[in-house]
Amino acid sequence: MADRLNVELWSVIVGYGIREKAEALIHYGADRVFLYDNPTFKEFDVVKYKQVLVELVKEVNPRLFLIGATPLGRSLAPRVAAALNTGLTADCIDIQIDDNGEIVQIRPAFTGNILAHIKTKSRPVMATVRYRVMKPPPKDTSRRGEIIEKQPLQLRNSGLKVLGKVAERSVNLAEADVIVSGGRGLKKKEDLNMLKELASLMGGVLGVSRPLVDDGWVSKDHQVGFSGNTVKPKLYIACGISGSPQHIAGMRNSEVIVAINIDRTAPIFRIADYGIVGDLYDVVPKLIEALKRLKER
Amino acid sequence: MRNSLQIVVLIKQVPDIGKVKFNVEEGRIDRSSAPLETNPFDLNALETAIQVKEQNGGYVTVISMGPPQAESSLRDALARGADRAILLTDKRFAGADTLATSYTLATAIRKLGSFDLIICGEKTVDGDTGQVGPEVAEHLNIPHVAYVCEIRSVTSDSLLVVSDMGDKYLIEVKLPALITVTKDINTPRLPTLRNVLKARKAHIDVWTADDLAGYGDACRFGLQGSMTTVFKIVFPSEESRKGLIFHGEDAVEKLVKALIERGLIP
Repeated sequence: MADRLNVELWSVIVGYGIREKAEALIHYGADRVFLYDNPTFKEFDVVKYKQVLVELVKEVNPRLFLIGATPLGRSLAPRVAAALNTGLTADCIDIQIDDNGEIVQIRPAFTGNILAHIKTKSRPVMATVRYRVMKPPPKDTSRRGEIIEKQPLQLRNSGLKVLGKVAERSVNLAEADVIVSGGRGLKKKEDLNMLKELASLMGGVLGVSRPLVDDGWVSKDHQVGFSGNTVKPKLYIACGISGSPQHIAGMRNSEVIVAINIDRTAPIFRIADYGIVGDLYDVVPKLIEALKRLKER
Repeated sequence: MRNSLQIVVLIKQVPDIGKVKFNVEEGRIDRSSAPLETNPFDLNALETAIQVKEQNGGYVTVISMGPPQAESSLRDALARGADRAILLTDKRFAGADTLATSYTLATAIRKLGSFDLIICGEKTVDGDTGQVGPEVAEHLNIPHVAYVCEIRSVTSDSLLVVSDMGDKYLIEVKLPALITVTKDINTPRLPTLRNVLKARKAHIDVWTADDLAGYGDACRFGLQGSMTTVFKIVFPSEESRKGLIFHGEDAVEKLVKALIERGLIP
């Protein structure tokens, strides 16, 4: 983006003990990094983080200000935008420059049924950007840039106190290259083991559709869909998932989609690259066998 | 524990996403094609408010901004246990993006006067942004916690909650505060028939832009206060998908072959 707009790329990082990460940002393409490295930022305090970002934006007046559409980013960015009275576009999957040199933000809406093209009339243009929608730049450790250490301004008492982590996610679907997902076509919880085996043979992880989480078979960390995780793996294999709009909203951007379903009219086949119409209890074991044979060779 | 915890729930009426029709040729959404319902995530927000009230005492006010027909969502909220409902409706509120929407809602909350806890759903099924809650908190200059999946305790001046950011964090937040809740926090109750009938006759406050005068800047409402414009809508194309369906005995074999060709199996 910065190259196309013919501007510099600046980055801001807030936290504690993060100097190496600031250097890594330079290696990944930042020309200048504003570093807020202070014990007060050790835990994510949305009000304190907001205060320093608002202060920085007012000081450096960027044209475009992007924040990752992680849970943290999606909690933080709206506060920054509201404080600056500027427009914010959520969860973008692409950002383009049109013929007039204007910034066009593209995002899914209506549970992923449409893609809205959005322009912002205020400055900075702000957007949160969905994970993995753009290729990360190659790391170049010889790249040089400027790290500017910033001192936190006078921070108000935010009213927030992070008391600690109470649970770690058991799997991070957003980072998986291969996801094998099960849905209502599974008859019992133990049958998830079959999908886990298939996943591990392909170096992947287990996903599920919402009903299996509702039934308590696995934790929500494994849930793919609108109210769960939005994923973009290289390969997504949907087993016994019919493809509700809510599920499809969470996985439609996967690079390759394979559907295994007994019902040939299931909506999941409409977005699949490859499909097998058949009983997953017949197809999945055969697939596992075939992959094992390949490994033995 | 004081018994007058003032709780505000923000709700939105949305089209039933499963039934809404999209006009692909003209690139528009036919909102009238689908029945309207309360945004499903907002029902979790309302249920949270009612549970907090049941356990700690309090008063639940539900606010919605939208066209006049949004009244039906407010009546449904009253039937589920809310004490008061306010509809913000005015042509001058229309065409609002999340910034103008949150500003208008925050202005109405300011007019309301005292509030301790504002509860929103994580996001809506039509806008999908999840931005309005945190933006309201910023306009009101109060802390917020997003993605709350559990409330551990409520005291007269603070809340202990678990926030699901992938990993889960225990967070103490001073009141007044705003929280957005996930679908995991509870299962919304259904209204009883008796309460549905009662809610049909209940009074609903209707506030226009004029009613908010003195509490906020009317230039920041609606289209005028919006900084973003949707200028085009396109439909995700699946044309690039191969859509190859394999049948029969050698289906698995064909699939494996295809995945090897795509470099997905080493």
